[in-house]
Amino acid sequence: MSSESIKQLLTTVFKPAVLEIIDNSAAHAGHAGARSGGGHYHVTIVAEAFEGKSMVQRHQLIYKALGDMMKQQIHALGINALSPTEETQGTSK
Amino acid sequence: MSVTERIKQQLETNPVILYMKGTPDFPQCGFSGQTVQILDACQAKYAHVNIFEDPELREALKEYSHWPTYPQLYIKGELVGGCDIVIDLYKKGELQNLLAAAGATE
Repeated sequence: MSSESIKQLLTTVFKPAVLEIIDNSAAHAGHAGARSGGGHYHVTIVAEAFEGKSMVQRHQLIYKALGDMMKQQIHALGINALSPTEETQGTSK
Repeated sequence: MSVTERIKQQLETNPVILYMKGTPDFPQCGFSGQTVQILDACQAKYAHVNIFEDPELREALKEYSHWPTYPQLYIKGELVGGCDIVIDLYKKGELQNLLAAAGATE
């Protein structure tokens, strides 16, 4: 199960405070990009590693952590990567 | 010219360039299509490369940018991001500023 593998890799690398993975693969089955069999996932992750990083840098860190999974198992990955301080700001009313 | 040189040349000569699946008129992936829609909403002038027509560049750019998926949007030679970053920047109004600073809006 790919979403379990994603979870394991990201947990090991980032020790995230929050990690949510949504598997959207079923919604995309059959379209041209999904023909190779890669899944569609959305990740919400809160970790110290993202503090002070640009969005591009955050995505690059996550792609690096997932390594070869990005080549085959994952066709598309939506990413919402926050640092712990941003998460607190985002949720306080 | 090596593929890396071609990439560099494309990034240097085009203020805004979108590496995508398909073309702006006929995107072949929903994420590429959404990115085109955002650029159109900004009335952006941009070059595009259909990575399906250039398998060598398709693989080389992933290594070059440390970014394994498409689309990839570049403004003034800098990777801006893929579909979700582009949407996010658009919602914040920052994409419009980046495009204007690159002289790429009408």
